[in-house]
Amino acid sequence: MSDDYRSMWADLGLDLAAHDMLLGVLGEAYGKMYLTQANRPAGMSYFDFVMSEVHGLRIKELIDEKKAGRKIIGSYCVFVPEEIVLAANATLVGLCSGADFAMEEVERLLPRNTCALIKSAFGFKLGKVCPYLESADMIVGENTCDGKKKAYESLAQLVDNLYVMDLPQVKSDKGRDLLKAEYQRFQKAVEELTGSPITVASLQQAIRTVNAKRAAIHRLSTLRKADPAPISGMDALLVNQVFFYDNPARFTDAVNKICDELEQRMKAKSGVFPTKNPRVIVAGCPQAVPNWKLPMLVETAGAVIVGEESCVGERGTRNLTDEAGNSVDELLDNIVDRYFQIDCAIFTPNRDRLHHILEMIEKYQADGVIHYGLQFCQPYLMEALPIEKVLAEKGVPCLRIETDYSMEDIGQLKTRIEAFVEQLS
Amino acid sequence: MLSAGIDIGSRTIECVVIEDGAIREIRQAPTTFDPRGQIENVLAGVSFDRIMATGYGRNLFEVAYDAKTVTEIKAYGRGARHLFPEATTILDIGGQDSKCIILGPGGKVQRFEMNDRCAAGTGKFLEVMAEALNFSLEEFGPSALKAGKVLTINAMCTVFAESEVTSLISRGENREDIALGLHLAVVKRAAGMIRRLWPGGPIFFAGGVARNSCIQHLLEKDLQVPVIVPDNPQMVGALGAALLLEEGA
Repeated sequence: MSDDYRSMWADLGLDLAAHDMLLGVLGEAYGKMYLTQANRPAGMSYFDFVMSEVHGLRIKELIDEKKAGRKIIGSYCVFVPEEIVLAANATLVGLCSGADFAMEEVERLLPRNTCALIKSAFGFKLGKVCPYLESADMIVGENTCDGKKKAYESLAQLVDNLYVMDLPQVKSDKGRDLLKAEYQRFQKAVEELTGSPITVASLQQAIRTVNAKRAAIHRLSTLRKADPAPISGMDALLVNQVFFYDNPARFTDAVNKICDELEQRMKAKSGVFPTKNPRVIVAGCPQAVPNWKLPMLVETAGAVIVGEESCVGERGTRNLTDEAGNSVDELLDNIVDRYFQIDCAIFTPNRDRLHHILEMIEKYQADGVIHYGLQFCQPYLMEALPIEKVLAEKGVPCLRIETDYSMEDIGQLKTRIEAFVEQLS
Repeated sequence: MLSAGIDIGSRTIECVVIEDGAIREIRQAPTTFDPRGQIENVLAGVSFDRIMATGYGRNLFEVAYDAKTVTEIKAYGRGARHLFPEATTILDIGGQDSKCIILGPGGKVQRFEMNDRCAAGTGKFLEVMAEALNFSLEEFGPSALKAGKVLTINAMCTVFAESEVTSLISRGENREDIALGLHLAVVKRAAGMIRRLWPGGPIFFAGGVARNSCIQHLLEKDLQVPVIVPDNPQMVGALGAALLLEEGA
C-alpha cells in the first residue's frame, strides 16, 4: 500500500494499526481461498484487483468524488434504492459487515446473542477500520429485523449522520404506501444532503445505470445454468459482493466482459468443475465481504454453488425497474414496485421466497439446497424449517446450517457439508 | 486384496482391514495429543494394499498418506448396513460429535443430523461428568442403572452441567441418582435428534458411547424400539471406510 493511502486512512480517522491487521488477515484469506482456485476465468483478475484495492483505490475515488462536491451514502440493506441516490448526484456504497472485529467492545453495546452481521457493523465502527463508513456523508439504517432496528438506536450514539428508513413488514396496499412514503422521505433527505433536486431525466438515467448493473448480474446468473459450471460459486459470490462497492458503470462492464469469456468457455464445454458435478443453491442470510466461509467449505468439498438466494445474490438483484414514466412520481412508483417485490424474511407471510427457491433449483438444475442461517437471525432461521420441510416433500436434499463468522465450528461444518455433498453424488 | 479403513476420531483411532468383505484385523488406540504418532502406532505391522480415512482427522491422514477420505457419516452408514443389513436409522455418539443418519434404499445416506459446534451430549460430556462424580467411564453407565430415583439435569452444556452436578452433590443427592439424571439428559437430546428424522424401526447404535449400557437401555425405554449395539461399536466407521474402498466408492 502506498503512503498516500496511509495518510488518507489517517485523515478518515482509521486506527492504522488495527486496519493494517485487518488488511493483513483479509489479504491472506483472499490468497488462500480465492487465488488457489483452479481454472478461474481471466476476467476475475478485475475483481482480484478490486479486492486488493477495496480499502485503497476505491476509497481514494470516493474521496475524490467528495472533493468534487459529490456525496457518499452508505447502506446495510438492499432496500435502500440506489436509483434515488444516483439521481441526486450521490454515490451508494455497501458498508462493512462481513467479519468479526473489536468484539469485546461490541459486546459492551450489543447483547452477545446478536447476529454476526449486526455485531460486525458495530465492530468496524468501534474498531475504526471501515473507510467506507468513515467517508460516508450519510449512513442509512433500515427497520428490517428487530436486531437491526434496535441496533440502529445504539449506532446513532456512535455516528452523527445516521438516517433510519422505515420498512413495511406485510405485502399489503398499506405496506406499499409505507414504502412509497419512506422512499419519498428518503428522496428529500438525499436531495437536502446533495443540494441536487431529482429530475425526471436524472432519475431515468439512474434507473438505467442500476438496471444495467442488475442485467449484467442476470446474464452472469444465466450462464451459471451451464454444466460444467463455467465459474465457481466463490467467484460469482465475489462479483455479487463487489456489486455493492464498485462504480456502477465500470462494474457493469467488468461483469459483461467476464460473461463474454464464460460464453466462450461454454462453447468449448469447459468449466471450473467436471460435468455432472453436484450442484448446490445457497439460500438464506447475506454473505458480506469477507464472509467466504460457507462457499469455501462447499466448493472444497467438491460441490459447485450455482446460485445464491440471498441479499448478496438474487434476492438483491432480481427484477429491473421500469424506466418508463413522465414524472418523478411515476418513476418513484416504478422503483417502489421493484423493491416491494424483495422477498426478505422480515415480511410475513413471505411465500414468494419459497417459490423463488424452488424456481432457482429448477433453473440452475441444482441437486440440493444449503440453507445458510446466521446464528440469532430469527427471520431466516425460522423460515428455514418450513422451507426444509417443503424441499423434503419434493425430494430435494437440504442441509440447514446455522453459523457465524467465527472459525470455531469449521470442523463440524466441514464434516456436515462433505457428507451432504456425498449424499448428492 | 486387503483394504483398510482408518477412523481418526477425537478420542480414539480404529483401523479395520478387510478382504472380500470379511474382517481380517482390527486395531485401536487413543488419539491423545499426538494423532500423527498414534496413527503410526495403530498402523505398525498392519498389512494392507490400500487405505481410506474417515473421522475428524481424515484430512490430516489424507495429506500425510495421500489416501482417499470419506466422512464418518457415509462410513458409519456403510459399516452399519454391513453389520445389520436392515439398519435404516443409525445413531453415532462419539467423543465430540453426535449424529443421526437415515439410510434410504440401497443404503445411501438419505438424511442426517449432527451437532453443530459444542460437544453437548457426546462422549466428552459423559467423560467429564463421570470424573466429576468420581466414576470410571466403564462403571458410569452400570452405576447410573442402580439409581433409586430420577433427578432432572437441565443443562446440556458440559460447563453448566458440571456446576449443576456440583450443586446436586452439595444438596446431598446420591451420586448414582445424579449419574442417571446425566444419562437421561444425553438420551433426551439423542432421542430428540432421532425423532426429527426417524422413519421408525430399530436403532443401530454405534460410536464410543454405545458401549454405555445405561444409554442403550434408556434409549430403548424412550423410543420403545430395540436399540442394537454391535460387538465393537467403535470400529463401525473404520469398517465402513474399508468396505467403501473395496467397493470402489
